[in-house]
Amino acid sequence: MHANTFDRFEHRHSLIHRLDPRVKTVITLLFIVANVLLPDGAWLAFLAAWAFLLLLTVLADLPLFYAAKRSFIVLPFTLAAITVMFTLPGQPLLSWQMGSRQMMITDAGLLRFVSIVIRSWLSIQMAILLTAVTQLPDLLHALQHLRVPRILVAIISFMYRYLFVLADEAMRLLRAREARSARGWAGKSGGTIWWRARVAGHMVGQLMLRSLERSDRVYNAMLARGYDGRLLTLNPHRMQPGDWLAGVLAAAVIAGIQLLGRLPPI
Amino acid sequence: MPVFHHRADPIIASPLPAGAPVIAVHGLSFAYSDGHVALHEVSIDIHAQEKVALVGPNGAGKSTLMLHLNGILGQHDNGRVQVSGMPINRANLPHIRAKVGLVFQNPDDQLFSPTVFEDVAFGPLHMGFAEPDVRARVERALGQVGMEGFGERLSHHLSIGQKKRIAIATVLSMDPEILVLDEPSAGLDPRARRSLINLLRQLPITMLVSTHDMLMVRELFPRMIIMDEGHVVADGPTPALMSDAALLEAHGLEMP
Ligand SMILES: Nc1ncnc2c1ncn2[C@@H]1O[C@H](COP(=O)(O)OP(=O)(O)OP(=O)(O)O)[C@@H](O)[C@H]1O
Ligand SMILES: [Mg+2]
Repeated sequence: MHANTFDRFEHRHSLIHRLDPRVKTVITLLFIVANVLLPDGAWLAFLAAWAFLLLLTVLADLPLFYAAKRSFIVLPFTLAAITVMFTLPGQPLLSWQMGSRQMMITDAGLLRFVSIVIRSWLSIQMAILLTAVTQLPDLLHALQHLRVPRILVAIISFMYRYLFVLADEAMRLLRAREARSARGWAGKSGGTIWWRARVAGHMVGQLMLRSLERSDRVYNAMLARGYDGRLLTLNPHRMQPGDWLAGVLAAAVIAGIQLLGRLPPI
Repeated sequence: MPVFHHRADPIIASPLPAGAPVIAVHGLSFAYSDGHVALHEVSIDIHAQEKVALVGPNGAGKSTLMLHLNGILGQHDNGRVQVSGMPINRANLPHIRAKVGLVFQNPDDQLFSPTVFEDVAFGPLHMGFAEPDVRARVERALGQVGMEGFGERLSHHLSIGQKKRIAIATVLSMDPEILVLDEPSAGLDPRARRSLINLLRQLPITMLVSTHDMLMVRELFPRMIIMDEGHVVADGPTPALMSDAALLEAHGLEMP
């Protein structure tokens, strides 16, 4: 078996896929920042942002709710914002006695909480969309061109390459254990929890050791091909007029959404 | 905007006196940091255009010897290892690494970039070639190993045999004068093995290839070196060594 779980790229030949990765990265960042800046309760703007996102999804030749479906894993994290419901002063909506404390949900608190959830949800969908339409190596190039420190980009690229090797190695170790964990005819097998924990511990140690030794060999392989401390790359990307156009258009839409969210209600 | 990153001083080869060996190892001993002595007084001379097989049982020290040829296991200012007449030291290393194309036993160690293109381009880029040259070299190297059009593929999605071939392309793109391959045919299917043999036969460069594939040795390499437990135990014409059943058996080898 092959560890494919980390790859989120969807192969298509859409307009969006062909855009320069720099445009996609910048627009994604812009979208997220603008999103965070929208005022609480700017429902129309939230809706417009989501519509924009869905439009991009369709243009990318992906199922309409592609990003929405994959975004639910982050929702638990927004629970961290649940405290704002209780701490923001405003009209009480609901209150109850908990021990010696009076718990109270306010309208302003609820509004902010819901807004935070929606903002996070929109932002994560955009990020999911970005990884679905851009190969990671392209994304790394984009980062490099956007002046992210080279060493950081190199670390991400090695991580990406060897995550798979590591996962495969872990899978092999697991399989080797499985293959030797025969079940006897005399009922229960597999040893005690304690014994299993020890085996698992040894496996983690093995993985660490193997990775350490591998890093040594990879470094050797880099040296053998002339590595001298500077990582050089060739970049196949060129901004075309279409890329500029798409970038400007998307930026304009994002600005429009921002305006919509800040306009006083009619 | 395309971005060019290249260095100012492309590496240039230095001439070697006629008749001198391109690889000269004299009395090389080596112990790993855990104290295990992997090489005992190893001496070999390999001349230009020679194709030499390095055989021997597991743990004989074949890989260790090969790593020395690229200065990876330490430098030897005493001249015990010389490549193209240059002792392996800090000043010579960039030149030596441009001359010696070393392919590691495990392709997952050799292929460290996200895409095939980047991996094959790594060597030429670090040798200081400009973008068009690098691209041309990558194209050619991928063609040589029969992997045209694999440039944009992700290394971790390739099969072992494909990885092995790309690994060879990563050094062919550097146009080495000496090719040092560690078990290139292991894990290849018959067709890939056959095309590897054809490729090696066509390449007009010096070659040192470690292998357990005795059929390939007989077919391709006129000269053969047998190692066992860190010693060179035999070095001579392949037909003569291959017909010495006692010698082969003593070192865990089989007649093809
Ligand atoms: N990094 C290391 N640290 C310590 N000992 C090592 C290391 N690498 C190899 N050795 C030891 O050095 C000896 C020679 O190993 P080497 O890898 O050169 O053998 P080999 O001839 O290439 O074998 P194989 O046919 O299995 O590839 C072996 O006994 C091995 O255990
Ligand atoms: Mg070896």
